[in-house]
Amino acid sequence: MSEPLSPQSVPRLPRGVRLVHNEAQGGWVLLAPERAFKPDAIALEILKRCDGQASIEAIVDDLAKAYNAPRDRILADVSKLIAGLAEKRLLEL
Amino acid sequence: MLAPTQKLSAPLGLLAELTHRCPLGCPYCSNPLALDKREDELDGETWARVFREAAALGVLQVHLSGGEPAARRDLVEIAASAHAAGLYTNLITSAVGLTNERLAALAEAGLDHVQISIQDSEAASADHIAGYDGASARKHALAAEVVRLKLPLTVNMVVHRANAGRIEAMVDLALALGASRVEIAHVQYYGWALKNRAALMPTRAQVETAVAQVETLRAKHQGRIVIDAVVPDYYARYPKPCVGGWGRRSLNVTPAGRVLPCHAAESIPGLAFWSVREHPLAEIWTSSPAFNAFRGTDWMQEPCKSCERREQDFGGCRCQAFLLAGDARAADPVCHLSPHHATVEALAAVAEDVPYDYRR
Repeated sequence: MSEPLSPQSVPRLPRGVRLVHNEAQGGWVLLAPERAFKPDAIALEILKRCDGQASIEAIVDDLAKAYNAPRDRILADVSKLIAGLAEKRLLEL
Repeated sequence: MLAPTQKLSAPLGLLAELTHRCPLGCPYCSNPLALDKREDELDGETWARVFREAAALGVLQVHLSGGEPAARRDLVEIAASAHAAGLYTNLITSAVGLTNERLAALAEAGLDHVQISIQDSEAASADHIAGYDGASARKHALAAEVVRLKLPLTVNMVVHRANAGRIEAMVDLALALGASRVEIAHVQYYGWALKNRAALMPTRAQVETAVAQVETLRAKHQGRIVIDAVVPDYYARYPKPCVGGWGRRSLNVTPAGRVLPCHAAESIPGLAFWSVREHPLAEIWTSSPAFNAFRGTDWMQEPCKSCERREQDFGGCRCQAFLLAGDARAADPVCHLSPHHATVEALAAVAEDVPYDYRR
């Protein structure tokens, strides 16, 4: 079971979930047990950073720098997306 | 956006029916009544080629299924070849005939996920449905081994009149077994299930309770287990978008190598299915008459042709249209707009407590 989300949480793809790039499918696809999802541009940038090393804080810092956007808003967006993916068992914390 | 008739998308999934042999006799088996024989099964080398061709075509996930895939002595080599082709490899097993040692070898070979079918939360009932004493115990033991090996586990529960009252207990069992996902799949009436329809058909009250329970259980177990449900379509108002639309997203390869748009497609007479023995998979996907028979919307009749949902549910299931309306181009009679919808309602009302005609 996933732990509650905090800025120190370290999200990672669980075994059985993979982010792959495939030309024939038109780009990035998140593969999960008997399911597949096409992440949108924002979800993709977040998912690429869920490497089991970076904390949510670190991911937010990185995105704030890369996109020159307000940190608070990014934190809110990232937390919401990660919580949603964890609920679907597509991320572990 | 181009319409599907103008642009052919790449398939995402391939169902590899490695064999039709199975130790169990489930009366709702989705295999056809005429099973492929052992001596006609594709060899491992051919499967490896099919997986490479599938990956080149854009397929990302392969589901190793059957029958019982473990009935193939070369299952580990087959799984390894799917992994080597770069495919996300899923094993769909009854657990009977799959030892812990072979499971470990499969994990080693790169297996990504395991789905185990469980017939009921009560062992005696589960074994009766499977027509196999001790099946339930073996399934629980293999599930524990899957979890111990840290492979993700899905439990598949097929729902019908005999077990529809135990949805909550079935989800609890899936949780206790350590599954991260459970499928609550109401029987779909093709093949053996069609033969056993009166013995399996749930009542309307059972279906309504089951659907409501799934919603409650989803909320209760949010974040702990994913609950996917396959709706009982005889009681539906609109048809299911069968296989995501004919020849749009997936392929099914039979044990003998025929390539079908869905596992029941051979129930439609007059369709020519090409085999991987004679054609490369890409050519079958783009050019086989069976795949092109119901692509797009040109084949449709009314009420589908002018329906605003025509590219949402694609007229429903072609096999069901043939089986219940006598015409594979008709609207799936499950749809309330079909002139044959009354037939479906009448069939859903037929429940007979007769013995199962087990799949053998």
